[in-house]
Amino acid sequence: MPISWFLALRFFREGRLQSVLIVAGVSVGVAVMVFLSALIDGLQSSLIAQTLGTQAHIVVRRPDEAARPLRDSDASVAVAARVERVAQRSRSIIRWQQAVEELTAMRAVTAVSPTVTGPAVASRGNASRAVVLQGVEPQRFAEIYPVRARMIAGRFAPDGSSCVIGKELSEDLGVGVGDRVRLASVEGAGEVYTVAGVFDLGNREVNRRWVVVTTRGAQTLLDLVGGVTSIDLRVREIFAADAVASDITARTGLVADSWMKTNAQLLVALRSQSQSSQMIQFFVIVAVAMGIASVLVVSVVQKGKEIGILRAMGTTRRSVLWVFLIQGAIVGLLGSVIGTALGAGLGALFASAVKNADGSPTFPVTVSLALVARSGGVALLTGVLAAALPARRAARLDPAVAIRNG
Amino acid sequence: MAEPVLVLEGVTKSYGAEVVTEVLKGIDLRLDRGEFAALVGPSGSGKSTLLNLLGLLDRPTKGRIVVAGEDTATLDDAGLTRLRGRTLGFVFQFHHLLPGLSAAENVMMPMIAAEGRTSREMIPRARELLERVGLGEKVDARPNALSGGQQQRVAIARALALGPPLVLADEPTGNLDTGTADQIFGVMREFNEELGVAFLIVTHDPRLAKRCDRTIELVDGRVVSDERRGRASG
Repeated sequence: MPISWFLALRFFREGRLQSVLIVAGVSVGVAVMVFLSALIDGLQSSLIAQTLGTQAHIVVRRPDEAARPLRDSDASVAVAARVERVAQRSRSIIRWQQAVEELTAMRAVTAVSPTVTGPAVASRGNASRAVVLQGVEPQRFAEIYPVRARMIAGRFAPDGSSCVIGKELSEDLGVGVGDRVRLASVEGAGEVYTVAGVFDLGNREVNRRWVVVTTRGAQTLLDLVGGVTSIDLRVREIFAADAVASDITARTGLVADSWMKTNAQLLVALRSQSQSSQMIQFFVIVAVAMGIASVLVVSVVQKGKEIGILRAMGTTRRSVLWVFLIQGAIVGLLGSVIGTALGAGLGALFASAVKNADGSPTFPVTVSLALVARSGGVALLTGVLAAALPARRAARLDPAVAIRNG
Repeated sequence: MAEPVLVLEGVTKSYGAEVVTEVLKGIDLRLDRGEFAALVGPSGSGKSTLLNLLGLLDRPTKGRIVVAGEDTATLDDAGLTRLRGRTLGFVFQFHHLLPGLSAAENVMMPMIAAEGRTSREMIPRARELLERVGLGEKVDARPNALSGGQQQRVAIARALALGPPLVLADEPTGNLDTGTADQIFGVMREFNEELGVAFLIVTHDPRLAKRCDRTIELVDGRVVSDERRGRASG
């Protein structure tokens, strides 16, 4: 064993109470860091999951009609060259099949769902409600929204004659699985559908408005035969959605809105939450560093005489320096191991103690491997850095003076 | 002629920048291998200062110190540390053992310092030295569990760990009762006679000084007498 390790371990063992106290202090600090990050990470990811539960990561639609004249891809033939300000009605994306193919081929995109969406009225008897028709291919739609897992009655199986509606709408109209409901476009075209299932996507507005039917059904009702109005996408990296959206616009000329753009406020809130958490963690690290440094400074003063003797016996300055750096590292490492366990345990306890009505934790706590590694690394580094000052002091002790005064 | 382990030529030591105090005023001294000498003198005569210089813990203001053939003026800090470790053993008035280490580990400490690491081979050597000073049973004991005399014996074993040609002892029996002091003196004498280790013992005790082969007396920073006698009985 190298001399510095040997002495560091012996000193550490010798200063029993001091060692225990400082390791406990560092552990508490690390536990706070781990717990706080885990809690905030968990809260944020659950908030994002909730938000994205009723939103596609990216929605691709046709550019607003007045925004630019549309030209055929071989550039010379103007398809709609006249620019006029028109009311934006539901119109199909031009050559959407090709766009879907192109989007499906993108590496960053994991799911693509062409959708026919437009306003409609749902009625049963005297009750009627304004709704948003979602004409989808069920399989593709389910890849974008967690609707299969969120069915509270029936099955998610819209077909030519049946639709799937939200919880609030089912209550408003007083319809359940198997009941009939009439869907009509604002122009008046109507059709009677059977309710195949009721979902609860956790968003009141969505539960109240969405009526999911097949693409063909919506096309007929909205008079958009053969067309789709938007393409919903799911991407691999949710925080890359903005970049992917720009990429799509550049490639296809279609408008692509990412969830990050439509939820800018949420992102600002999340960001400031992260910042305040980081601030707290920074000060915890500072407090931990000062704790380690002060204990080691005291230890250097206490051991002045011993250091002098060690130097007189041929121990080099460098070795003395390392004795204290290693002690700092040991404290940091032990503290981070115990602290991480403590913080993770606390998180688990917290998550299991406070639960929502449905049994899911109110404060989901995520302790990731990266978080553990990061806290460990930070504590280790803090230990070594905090030990630097006392260690230098120890290394500079004049052995003759230290022995005489000791 | 015997081989010198220590040679001092015109060594002076002054302290202070504005008010200069000359503590040592030109010391010439030579100590040969296997000598057993006492350094005596009233307090304030410069004994401690001289010992610090001999122990290479401090540098002289003027003059030359040659230890085991090496001129210390040519060495840097690290070089001095190495030379010190290789050629000098120290015994202090207060044993200065490390309280966190066992007796054996304390004895091993100079070896660990010299090698820069611990190693298994050091253990039998430490055991042997402790047996020599009569502490074969106390190998694993902490210093706090030992009596004053036992602690000082561990310190002597430690001073001899690397088999240095010279041991510097600063009041090694200063705070021990007469009986224990005699034992300690006996241990040092034994090492001197059996292994040919030179000892320079700083002491206030004239009884002890008389039992050494040579008495060097320091007064006011000068050597005022240097008396050799035949090997006295241990």
